[in-house]
Amino acid sequence: MILTRVALGIGLLFVVSLVIFWATELLPGDLASQLLGQSATPETLAALREQLGLNDPAPVRYWNWLSGALTGDFGVSLATNRPIADLIGARLGNTVFLALYAAALSVPIALTLGILSALWRNSIFDRAANAGALGAISLPEFFVAYILVLWLAQTGLFPSMVRINPTTTMGERLYMTFLPALTLTLVVTAHMMRMTRAAIINLMASPYIEMARLKGLSPLRIVLRHALPNALAPIINVVALNLAYLITGVVVVEVVFVYPGLGQLMVDAVSNRDIAVVQAVALIFATAYVGLNLIADVLSTLSNPRLMHRR
Amino acid sequence: MKYPKLPAMANRGVSRRGVLQGAAALGAAGLILPHGVTSARAQTRGGTFRIGLGHGSTTDSLDPGLWDNLYVQTFAAARHNQLIEVGADGQLVPEMATSWESADGVTWVFGIREGVTFHSGRTVTVDDVIASINHHRGEEATSAIKTLLSAISDVRADGQNLVITLEAANADLPYLMTDYHIPIMPATDGRIDPASTDGVGPYIVESYEPGVQASLTRNPNYWKENRAWFDRVEILSILDPAARLNALITGEVHLIDQVDPATIGMLEGRGVARILSIPANAHYVFPMDARAAPFSDNNVRLALKYALDRQAMVDTILGGHGAVSNDNPIGPANRYFFADMEQKGYDPDRARFHLREAGLESLDVTLKAADAAFSGAVDAASMFSENARAAGINITVDRVPNDGYWDNVWMKEPFVASYWGGRAVEDHMFTTAYATGADWNDSFWSNERFDELLLAARSEVNEDLRREMYHEMQQIVSFEGSVVIPMYNNFVMAVANGVGTPEQIGSNWNLDGFRCVERWWMA
Amino acid sequence: MGFAATVTLGLAGLFALAWVIRAGGRAVLTGQSRSLVNDMPLTAAFGLLVILIYAIVAIAAPVLAPFPEREIVGSQFQAWNAEHPLGTDRIGRDMLSRLIYGARNTVGIAFATTALAFVVGSILGLWAALTGGWLDQLLSRFVDALMAIPALIFSLLLLTIFGTSVLSLILVIAAVDATRVFRLARSVAQGIVVMDYIEAAKLRGEGAWFLIRREILPNAMAPLVAEFGLRFCFVFLSISSLSFLGLGIKPPTADWGSMVRDNATLITFGDVTPLLPAGCIALLTVAVNFVVDWQLHRASGLKEG
Repeated sequence: MILTRVALGIGLLFVVSLVIFWATELLPGDLASQLLGQSATPETLAALREQLGLNDPAPVRYWNWLSGALTGDFGVSLATNRPIADLIGARLGNTVFLALYAAALSVPIALTLGILSALWRNSIFDRAANAGALGAISLPEFFVAYILVLWLAQTGLFPSMVRINPTTTMGERLYMTFLPALTLTLVVTAHMMRMTRAAIINLMASPYIEMARLKGLSPLRIVLRHALPNALAPIINVVALNLAYLITGVVVVEVVFVYPGLGQLMVDAVSNRDIAVVQAVALIFATAYVGLNLIADVLSTLSNPRLMHRR
Repeated sequence: MKYPKLPAMANRGVSRRGVLQGAAALGAAGLILPHGVTSARAQTRGGTFRIGLGHGSTTDSLDPGLWDNLYVQTFAAARHNQLIEVGADGQLVPEMATSWESADGVTWVFGIREGVTFHSGRTVTVDDVIASINHHRGEEATSAIKTLLSAISDVRADGQNLVITLEAANADLPYLMTDYHIPIMPATDGRIDPASTDGVGPYIVESYEPGVQASLTRNPNYWKENRAWFDRVEILSILDPAARLNALITGEVHLIDQVDPATIGMLEGRGVARILSIPANAHYVFPMDARAAPFSDNNVRLALKYALDRQAMVDTILGGHGAVSNDNPIGPANRYFFADMEQKGYDPDRARFHLREAGLESLDVTLKAADAAFSGAVDAASMFSENARAAGINITVDRVPNDGYWDNVWMKEPFVASYWGGRAVEDHMFTTAYATGADWNDSFWSNERFDELLLAARSEVNEDLRREMYHEMQQIVSFEGSVVIPMYNNFVMAVANGVGTPEQIGSNWNLDGFRCVERWWMA
Repeated sequence: MGFAATVTLGLAGLFALAWVIRAGGRAVLTGQSRSLVNDMPLTAAFGLLVILIYAIVAIAAPVLAPFPEREIVGSQFQAWNAEHPLGTDRIGRDMLSRLIYGARNTVGIAFATTALAFVVGSILGLWAALTGGWLDQLLSRFVDALMAIPALIFSLLLLTIFGTSVLSLILVIAAVDATRVFRLARSVAQGIVVMDYIEAAKLRGEGAWFLIRREILPNAMAPLVAEFGLRFCFVFLSISSLSFLGLGIKPPTADWGSMVRDNATLITFGDVTPLLPAGCIALLTVAVNFVVDWQLHRASGLKEG
């Protein structure tokens, strides 16, 4: 089953690369006109297009890219002539680091809050946690970030921007990226928390929970030992979805905290029509998405023995 | 120093030869009294100067022909020198060229400074200079200034001299050589390596990550004595305006550009930084396509020119850091600025009058704008639209994506927002955007009298006549041109209190003509 | 009175009003509507009241707003005063009027977008689950591919291609949202289509449309409604994030997402102006989801607390 999924995933990556290539082709202008900007003239444009090899028809360029990518050669950034691997390497590390950091903060918080509000459902705690979480997700990410900077950076507690270099130690890194990680935590916690709560409550009316309750078990024990294991599948799925978001969707937070991650690279590359970079980053994002979903499916199957023997 | 201290030559009828050597003479004077070192306070060496700029992209190129934003321009000024520097007072200062002269305005001879070394250790030769210029010329050149330099027919060496021959006389060639696209870079086999960061400038590149950060250390062999005060310079790309403000407030950086006008007052209230607001020739424009109705009728164009409240725009869009423009691309900092031209005010009745002259009762036009054109362009367009309604002109503001703006909208749509950085030389500005058929004539405007004057003024040596010609051209553009120019924008930057700045800040480009890195110091 | 105090008082007042109305409802109403009001928690009453107020403001915007939406009425960023109770915005338009018109535009756009996303997404999702086979595979893999592209970047691509008119904004965000709805609807429906009553209906010879409408949809409603509550509010955020990248709603239309963005730098200096539109979004989000929670609770069959 996992093998089929991996094969499907690879097919998916191919489709993604095709969609992205096609969409980028549809954008007005090309790399040459973007590089020259306001100072483009027909003559210099033609010369630059020739130099960058933009005059080949689109399918040819796609094939060139694909055949390179299949052999593991993602080519060079047309805009800067740097190998894509160099360009992406450090940024990929940064993006994954921030995503893991934010996940390490948000997943425990979300699960704890979700379980507690399911346990004390309809109490003041439940309502307050819900309202707080909803309030946090209804603010745009950049706005959450500005408020955190106002409270935590302007007072000197944390730096307002991230400046990492090769000599930065792990401790410094955790300290410097705390605010971006906290921003993302506030953004994703609500979704996971609400799903945890809903998944557990959904089971509370089942006969076997009723049975446990009649046996006189404590509510906490019922939730943790009886409801939670069966609610794991949807929870794992929503966690995976949010982890994928933390890797692929954080361009705004990167911009606000000047964090050199993949999101900014992707947006820059799109606006400059640097197709090789766009493709490479899109594939990384798609791989992260497919991979996380695959892991989530495997874990949910493991969490529920019945699913393992379905087919 | 062939021509030491000539008196200032403005307002004097001097001989042709005198004019052509004038620039060189003033430049030479500049070397004796270095510009920008006017502050009474003593500069001190040391410190790390961090700059946070609202520009820079991961796709920024090291190729000088493709430099187009403040980030790469400032980074370039930190590591390179050019033939000629523009001093803080706008005069030409010798840099890699020690002197320049021309007998006829066609053949120019530049003396090249001896004994200057690149960061890599090699001595600069005339051939390096030639290759640096030729990078922008010829069939295969992909440079943004290819058109500008197409007036050059030949570049060659003559001993330690550089000889440039033009297609036709141009008194302003030395000014062209100050263009930031032409840094002096080391050449091998007559070609510079456009991917190299090697130069002769004040700082040596330590590391560079496009769109993120450049770190540089002081060049111990820098030939200028009273320059390059910092030990290290770091240039950061901080695209978000609020993030830039926060970086300055929390002390992460010492200098930021593009301060949001709305927050200038509050920033000053914090007491951590001061605002430098430098009047300049840069201006915001709304070009109209003069080839087709309704803008082909000058009365329609005049109606629009009287239908906006310029002062309100200066106050709101620029936060007062700028000046009203009279649809004039030549700014107050230019030599031949026509200050006494009849100023157009916000006059809905007069706009209606011109509409009626054009045979129209009302006018419906669409103005396309994006903040890529200039910061606040969409707001400015909204204000224009509101002002114009009183005159029976209905301007629909169409906000378009920043992405692809220059490609898809500018010079493609009939009525858009745009900006010009301003030019030190009148001829340069007019030739670039107002001469008939010019590549960047973004209003597709054509005026016979204007074109005649432009050609004549280029080689005119009588100062008074030349001034008259440029005044007439400004009058024509203002009242017959096809561009609404509401305002000149100051260069606005915020500097941390710990940084010392000269009393006079260059106005030719932002950030002290990009030279803050070598002219400023830690106080 | 400080800003925080005003907000707290205002919220307390809304809760009190909601309580009074609910009490009134319990006293006056009879029959089924009575039982509806009876088990309504205070939070749901609060949510309904807020939604009602928003609806009134949106519909009556031209009557309520002291100034026209687009007119420049003074200098920029005036402080709160008698003439302009919430001051003016960055080009001198009345802030209160912009907020009121913003209710109409923003809520309208968000509703249209979400409704479109749900109609398309859930019908396709239910259909795919019901039919199975190659149609299911085709649709699911296609949606997977679209979901594997980050939403913000995908919207950026599409909006740059199609322009940023309100219509294309609605269509693009709806298209992105519809993929998420499709997945949810399909996964919920997969649990339903194997039920015996669906088999029975199929054996009766009912068509696909009937099955979706009468058999599957009613049983898949609860999670879809919950998702609707969140998606509805995410539309504001999408518009706000897009305007962060320079692709928001066109002027002079007032919308809260863009208003947050336009005034955002002020928060750096502790100025509360950008909190106003942000607060409007947050209040509506919380209100909508309180009502959704209540409905979910009713649907779950839990009869306690």
